[in-house]
Amino acid sequence: MSVLPAAPPAASAERPSPVGEVTLLLRRVGAMCLVELQKLRHDRTELVTRTVQPALWLIVFGTTFSRIHAIPTGSTPYLDFLAPGILAQSALFVAIFYGIQVIWERDAGVLAKLLVTPTPRAALVTAKAFAAGIRALVQALVVVVIALLLGVGLTGNPLKLLGAAVVVVLGSAFFCCLSITLAGVVLSRDRLMGIGQAITMPLFFASNALYPVDVMPGWLQMVNRVNPLSYEVEALRGLLVGTPARLGLCFAVLLVAAAVMITVASALLPRLAR
Amino acid sequence: MNPVLVKDLHYAFGDHVAVDGVDLALEPGEVFGLLGPNGAGKTTTLRVVTTLLPAPPDTVLVEGLDVVRSRRRVRRLLGYVPQQLSADGSLTGRENVALFARLFDVPRRERAEAVDAVLDAMGLSESADRTASTYSGGMVRRLELAQALVSAPRVLVLDEPTVGLDPVARSGVWDRIHEVRRANGMTVLVTTHAMEEAELHCDRVALMHRGRLRAEGTPAELTAAIGPDATLEDVFRHHTGDTLEAGGMRDVRAARRTARRVG
Ligand SMILES: Nc1ncnc2c1ncn2[C@@H]1O[C@H](COP(=O)(O)OP(=O)(O)O)[C@@H](O)[C@H]1O
Ligand SMILES: [Mg+2]
Repeated sequence: MSVLPAAPPAASAERPSPVGEVTLLLRRVGAMCLVELQKLRHDRTELVTRTVQPALWLIVFGTTFSRIHAIPTGSTPYLDFLAPGILAQSALFVAIFYGIQVIWERDAGVLAKLLVTPTPRAALVTAKAFAAGIRALVQALVVVVIALLLGVGLTGNPLKLLGAAVVVVLGSAFFCCLSITLAGVVLSRDRLMGIGQAITMPLFFASNALYPVDVMPGWLQMVNRVNPLSYEVEALRGLLVGTPARLGLCFAVLLVAAAVMITVASALLPRLAR
Repeated sequence: MNPVLVKDLHYAFGDHVAVDGVDLALEPGEVFGLLGPNGAGKTTTLRVVTTLLPAPPDTVLVEGLDVVRSRRRVRRLLGYVPQQLSADGSLTGRENVALFARLFDVPRRERAEAVDAVLDAMGLSESADRTASTYSGGMVRRLELAQALVSAPRVLVLDEPTVGLDPVARSGVWDRIHEVRRANGMTVLVTTHAMEEAELHCDRVALMHRGRLRAEGTPAELTAAIGPDATLEDVFRHHTGDTLEAGGMRDVRAARRTARRVG
């Protein structure tokens, strides 16, 4: 047998300092994102099956609606208008799945094992949130390729593409933590699946993903104003196809929404471990 | 200093009392077995020791550190393998272990070597680059041991480590535990409801029944006090009027289900 590392003395465990806490957080986020990419590498079937829905939206819904000119999108072709919306939708579906994953991890003992590592709850939740962002980003790449094949005029500006990537990660972090929060409230996989299905479609339809805000009835415009998905879509549309967008506002809303949701989800995580 | 010290621990889920006044004092380097039927409160006790469930201050200490006040320092000293088979089937063995090396801040320079060493010690070098979904139940358990050991814990906490495994896989798991313990002197706290296993592998045992400890000592002491040919099963019946295997099958089935899900 090879020589195993000797156990460290108890006193060697360090005291947390602010700088130490931040580097710890970054290390944990890195570790969890790496694992996410490793999982994707070993099993690409999920990546493929999750491509079907956005592809259908773009190919069937998108091309049909561009032909009948039912939705007024000004000088922007409807397919160009739709592509960022579908990109945000596919990221939403990836992220909402994470609450279910956390409950599965609870049932399988994985969560307990993670909680018995020297990792603060908030770091664990933040790491999950960014892992969701990474996975959503890989998914977004697939949607971008489909959109390009359909002739959508997407930007080639690397700064704008980077901005779009940040938007996808922030949006996914928010929805991932929303889903973990719901998991911490309902505590069972079946109930969460029901709730997940019950909220994702309304979030999507009550957003500007499929149609511009001005054609919505007044009450829907109100809902739209508090729906983070709409800010995600607005920013993506502005960055990728160049429609007018309140980029500063969108980034601010997404950043605050993600931070608040990470905090709430971290507070509820221990409930899952009881 | 006791690696694990528990003083009059009580724990209730709502009105349901799961642990009803437990005292434990582990000695450095020993394998201590918490022995009892399903529902005795073993897992609950371990979850308090591993900081997963709250305890009043100064009731539970690990290496002299309070599990409530020094939560994170305690976690750094522990290796924990939960009752369920909990390796990630969609990662390779090596990736499963490397994740825990990172989560325990094993320095980058030493990481690859530490991961290799621990995989080797668990007899998994050959299969380290296959996804864990292709592993047998015994291999998954050894992989989980590797995950728990890569941080070189002072105290290894194992919840029913051999439930659902065949006899060969069982002794495989125990042999590895003893080898590592001899090499680095860690203390092992283990639960089981298989008494022949406890007799064979634990230095000391405590018999737990309905949230309370009914007897404690070396297997030899406990059995000698009952009669010349007594087993731990007889000791348990003598102290509790109950059998150890009560409810045992449910656990085996649950572990098999987990094994199917992981594999
Ligand atoms: N999360 C929980 N909520 C409510 N009751 C629980 C929970 N976990 C365990 N119990 C109950 O506490 C008692 C002790 O359980 P446990 O510690 O798991 O026993 P063991 O590990 O010895 O089989 C059992 O009666 C069990 O039903
Ligand atoms: Mg148990």
